[in-house]
Amino acid sequence: MTIETWQAQIKQAAARGGKLAIRGSGSKAFCSPPASPTAVLLDIRAHAGVVEYEPNELVIVVRTGTALAEVERVMTAAGQMLAFEAPHFGPGATIGGALASGLSGPRRPYAGALRDFVLGCKVVDGKGEHLAFGGKVMKNVAGFDVARLLAGSHGTFGVLTEVAFKCLPLPQSQQTRVFELGAEDAVVAMNRWYAAANPITASVWVGGRLYVRLAGAEPAVRLAATNLGGEALADDARWWRDWREQGHPFFAASDASSPLIRVSCKATAAFGDLGNGAEKQAIDWGGAQRWLRASSVALPAIREWARANGGFAQVFRGAAHEGERVSPLPAALVGVQQKLKQSFDPYGVFPNL
Amino acid sequence: MQAANFFEALSNVLPPDCIKTAAEDMRPYECDGLSMYRALPKCVALPENEAQLAAVVKLCHAHRIPIVARGAGTGLSGGAMPDPNALLLSTAKMMRILDVDPLACTARVQPGVRNLAISEAVAVHGLYYAPDPSSQIACTIGGNVAENSGGVHCLKYGLTVHNVRKLRVVLMTGEIIEVGSDSLDSVAPGGYDVLALMIGSEGLLGIVTEVTVKLTPKPQLAQVAMASFASVEAAGAAVGAIIAAGIIPGGLEMMDRIATEAVEGFVHAGYDLTAEAILLCESDGTPEEVADEIARVSDVLRQAGATDIKVSQNEAERLRYWSGRKNAFPATGRISPDYYCMDGTIPRKELPRVLNEIARLSGKYGLRCANVFHAGDGNLHPLIMFDANVPGELERAEEFGAEVLELCVEVGGTITGEHGVGIEKINQMCVQFSPKELTRMHEIKHAFDEHTLLNPGKAVPTLHRCAEFGKMRVTRGKPMPFAELERF
Repeated sequence: MTIETWQAQIKQAAARGGKLAIRGSGSKAFCSPPASPTAVLLDIRAHAGVVEYEPNELVIVVRTGTALAEVERVMTAAGQMLAFEAPHFGPGATIGGALASGLSGPRRPYAGALRDFVLGCKVVDGKGEHLAFGGKVMKNVAGFDVARLLAGSHGTFGVLTEVAFKCLPLPQSQQTRVFELGAEDAVVAMNRWYAAANPITASVWVGGRLYVRLAGAEPAVRLAATNLGGEALADDARWWRDWREQGHPFFAASDASSPLIRVSCKATAAFGDLGNGAEKQAIDWGGAQRWLRASSVALPAIREWARANGGFAQVFRGAAHEGERVSPLPAALVGVQQKLKQSFDPYGVFPNL
Repeated sequence: MQAANFFEALSNVLPPDCIKTAAEDMRPYECDGLSMYRALPKCVALPENEAQLAAVVKLCHAHRIPIVARGAGTGLSGGAMPDPNALLLSTAKMMRILDVDPLACTARVQPGVRNLAISEAVAVHGLYYAPDPSSQIACTIGGNVAENSGGVHCLKYGLTVHNVRKLRVVLMTGEIIEVGSDSLDSVAPGGYDVLALMIGSEGLLGIVTEVTVKLTPKPQLAQVAMASFASVEAAGAAVGAIIAAGIIPGGLEMMDRIATEAVEGFVHAGYDLTAEAILLCESDGTPEEVADEIARVSDVLRQAGATDIKVSQNEAERLRYWSGRKNAFPATGRISPDYYCMDGTIPRKELPRVLNEIARLSGKYGLRCANVFHAGDGNLHPLIMFDANVPGELERAEEFGAEVLELCVEVGGTITGEHGVGIEKINQMCVQFSPKELTRMHEIKHAFDEHTLLNPGKAVPTLHRCAEFGKMRVTRGKPMPFAELERF
């Protein structure tokens, strides 16, 4: 019913040059493309519920308006998880918002990104057509992998209505070891310990300490903890949840006057001070994601550092304008992207990426 | 004359030994692993580097000459089958490993590098490239990217799409783009995930000239448990029970009795021929982890009604247990003059229904069918046996296969789990997708390739093409290329 309504609404907007803004709880609005001021709100929370979940199949199919917390609750009860550890960034976060923003949490370097777990996805596009790509099986190479293209598309192609994710079992055992370490040494340790086949599922350096989360079979975790040393972290599940949600003091009061800059780089890139002191930087994702509390004035230099180290930089929270949030793309890629957008949303009903 | 101009221009961008135009020189390229589909290309180009490759593509674009790209040609769906009007572009000469970063666990390689050559080159660092399609000693990474290849370890370690960080791609215009990155982000902020779209696009969107792969630390130990079951239903239920116990094995494979009988006579793997089905369940990790997991797996298997369980005690034994599974295709080729290999994926819970239906169809068509199954991820390979020299058997086998694939779609699955659509399953795409999704896929292709010059006629059917099913056939008269390779 909801989908038919949306289809009609989209077709009408398309015919009249109208604009729509797709929204769940709005928890990730700060890192999404801004909607047109004239846009009519399309609230995906009207389309909620788990469609299919059989833990033994390792697949969950959910309507995108479902609360992320609800999906996690259902899966935890069955001893499973969405292994990419999606950040909520707000109490009402939806699975659709997680999918559209494509964000992954601390487990990303070790388990994979959100898009790696997408098996299928349905979308009502800018022509009002309801399309289904992928499916609900683990291996599927029929047709282009459009479902993964839709992940992280920020609602610019259409309304994502349903998604199938691959599920993984919760680890049997987990503990976190903490090490007093400088930033340079932390980068080396994170990479070395992973390459030595330790069961690491998260690693963060912040405030002069390296936090390494070990998880998996109990004997493997115990052995790795002994081998690596360090101190055990009490209530580590809570620490990692705070970290994922950017509730850790490092992230406090991020806004335009004190932005949070995200740098995505090669995991082994040596610590770059980037001119603001080690206490203003945190190293996440085994070295591949670096958070900076720096003025956006420094952004061009930071982008240059990121480029030289294989990645990108953006103002993640507190961007003054779109140019700070998105990276410039090469011309040939811009051409392809524009045609993809044109195909899904020829009348420009939805925002641009 | 355009053709003459084209060949003249081609000889200006490629050295003479990189162009083949004589029929006898082009014969080795006339088909891929799906040998029933054959054609000679217009010409074969073998560029030695990216600049040459881009120049060839640009030239073809200017002359509106289609291009079929090819790696080692081991594909099973005819994705690299030539077109008489198209240039066949082989990446065979671009086979250098450009860079290995053992600390970052990445390698940057040219598209013609063989899958196994990557693992061999990085073994010294205790690393390997995880996706292991059974043709890995011959197939190239460029072909793996085009097909999104899997292997027996993909439930735990993922497909090609999960193990590629970055690609350099020549678009049909000759422009070169980079997608993905050396970081963990597949896309820059403000970009779409073109890397994901490119992987498995079967040569329809661009031609890959460089691949940065993710390497995986090699587990210290692997052990395999082999369990016998009195019925395929019981074996199927045991797979569910392993997953339910929170275990993701390194590999989880199932074979029915017809398949085990076929391979046992071929490789003597030590399979239990009194069992209706056997399961192979591999555990990998540290010795402590493996001991723990094998104990848990054995408990689950016993409770699920396994009539016998054997655990490999050394590497030779582990490889022997696997050898039967890995040789299921060639073994079937030995007990039957011809066979069709299907490649559907189904939700695992539908396995009993699908296998019972296959058994019923086997009776209906009077053709034997062996079943080998990537049980962990639901990818089923029924091998329909027939003799093309017996009038009517080929047609019966085709109808049989058609019904099996329709069944896979009906139970919520897909027509191809890992072999690709190519030319073989082009018609079956119409069963799985509606015209509106197919139209969207064509529009996506046009975003990359405006004049439909890259691998035309493959992977995504035109709407008027939805006709009859095609299937893989291996005939006695025309042996499958790479017949000696293990096949899944």
